[in-house]
Amino acid sequence: MTASARAPGSRARPPGARAAWWFVSPALLALAVSFAVPVVAALALSFTDFDIYGVADRGNVRFVGWDNYRRLLEAPLFWTALRNTLYFVLVGAPLSIAVSLGAALLLNARAARARAAFRTALFSPVVTTVVAVALIWRYLLHTRYGLLNDLLGRFGIDAVDWLGDPAWSMPAMILFAIWKNFGTNMIIFVAGLQAIPADLYEAARVDGASRVAQLRYITLPSLAPTMLLVTILTMVGYFQLFAEPYVMTRGGPAQSTTSVLYFMYEEGFKWWNLGYASAVAFVLFALMLAGTLAQLSLARRWSRL
Amino acid sequence: MSAARARGARRGEAWIINGALLGAAVVAVFPLLWMISVSLMAPGEASTAPPPLVPAAPTLAGYRELFTRADMARNLVNSLGLAVAATVLSLAFNVAAGYAFAKLRFAGRELLWRLLLGMMLIPAQVAMIPLFLMLKEAGFVNSYIGVLVPSLANVFGIFLVRQYALAIPDELLEAARIDGASELRIFRSIVLPVLRPILVTLAIFAFLGSWNDFLWPLIVLTDDAKQTLPVALAALGREHAGDSELMMAGAVVTIVPVLVLFLALQRYYIQGLLAGSVKG
Repeated sequence: MTASARAPGSRARPPGARAAWWFVSPALLALAVSFAVPVVAALALSFTDFDIYGVADRGNVRFVGWDNYRRLLEAPLFWTALRNTLYFVLVGAPLSIAVSLGAALLLNARAARARAAFRTALFSPVVTTVVAVALIWRYLLHTRYGLLNDLLGRFGIDAVDWLGDPAWSMPAMILFAIWKNFGTNMIIFVAGLQAIPADLYEAARVDGASRVAQLRYITLPSLAPTMLLVTILTMVGYFQLFAEPYVMTRGGPAQSTTSVLYFMYEEGFKWWNLGYASAVAFVLFALMLAGTLAQLSLARRWSRL
Repeated sequence: MSAARARGARRGEAWIINGALLGAAVVAVFPLLWMISVSLMAPGEASTAPPPLVPAAPTLAGYRELFTRADMARNLVNSLGLAVAATVLSLAFNVAAGYAFAKLRFAGRELLWRLLLGMMLIPAQVAMIPLFLMLKEAGFVNSYIGVLVPSLANVFGIFLVRQYALAIPDELLEAARIDGASELRIFRSIVLPVLRPILVTLAIFAFLGSWNDFLWPLIVLTDDAKQTLPVALAALGREHAGDSELMMAGAVVTIVPVLVLFLALQRYYIQGLLAGSVKG
């Protein structure tokens, strides 16, 4: 910590400076090769016409400027994918957060019993493999043999063709995603709730504040930083919709569940338009970044009010 | 009298809260229980309306078919091997780096750290296409090395270890240095034992991350025999859409190992989740 505590002979070099490089360089090298270099390369690639001929021979690759991005803006399927993804993000993420918050409030309630068991049960969908649970849900949502329609039927509601009707496919996907993901945010919210000082509630009770008033004036404002973090993480996660439509609907029906990432995968690895697909990846990144920055600036504006 | 009424209201509230928790827990767990139930049904039994909740006569036919006709044992072994390898690699690369970023001083540390945090904003999918081409050039497409390259090091892993290592008192390390211990020795005999809980957390995240991964193995592995369990299961789901018992058996084989791992070590998992959600 102090200069006098240093081993003799180490001179001005801080302790372990050389050793430090041995510790960090393997990880830095790995990150450079597996991530940093590819990201820069992706940007370069997005300005080329790299396609199946480029895969065969690099000599066929030409620099095409903004062509890929221009083509993207003219592709109806890209706009469909974008609309579907935004639907999933803007409807799915807030609903998912609301369910997480509700579950966290229940778990954190003083009257709650067997908290650990409930927490484990509620969280368990999070650790499961998307592909496997998507297959379960595809079956639960089956028009004829699905339990959900069977349940609705008992209440006199007609069978819904969840995954076959373009109007219902995205709501079904959102329902599934909420079930799969709400546990993560629930855990984060519970930690946030436990960090709120108990005497705040005590004081509110003395002042005769109702439960709803306590929620409105103590709980929710105290959770604001947690809420910001959860909103950003959830939004970023929901932008990356892929395995769900891949398994449950193949992007259908009528392309109603084709997400931006699904579009990228098909363009890149089905049709080998790798330059074009790289442009899709960057547009997705730009959208996620814009969403994150918008959240941050909104939060800053609100905290100033 | 008002005290009695308050007690009554409290009891009512307790019923509502615990009832709601029970309902939510049932919704969360039901699909998983039903998966197990259907996986034990006879072929075709699940495709009736209304769908049965429990098998009339439990049978392992679905599993038998899974391991014979669909030959999923190979995929199970692949997934297991890759997840173990990814866990070992993650520990090997991220722990040393996380410790160094927390406790060792070197030129450019703060700048590098900020750079790494910035990298967390970039979604992994952006790197996938060029990484695929790089691996193709190097001859690693359709190889396990190719699948493992992105699991070598990751910023989140380094971040987790760093957060935890920050709490190690500098005096402890200094005392060892004065005693003439080498940095490697300090790392092995002082730092690693202290970091043990977070190493367990990191290992679970690496294992689950690899086991549950879908898009990257789907891209890199082209050979069915080399595929991981989730990709093979997705293919099965596309080809045998009507064969529910078989698919649910596949889902059980895919989900149960990670669920058991989570149940055994959930304390560490949740610690990691919370550490990751606190700003560094």
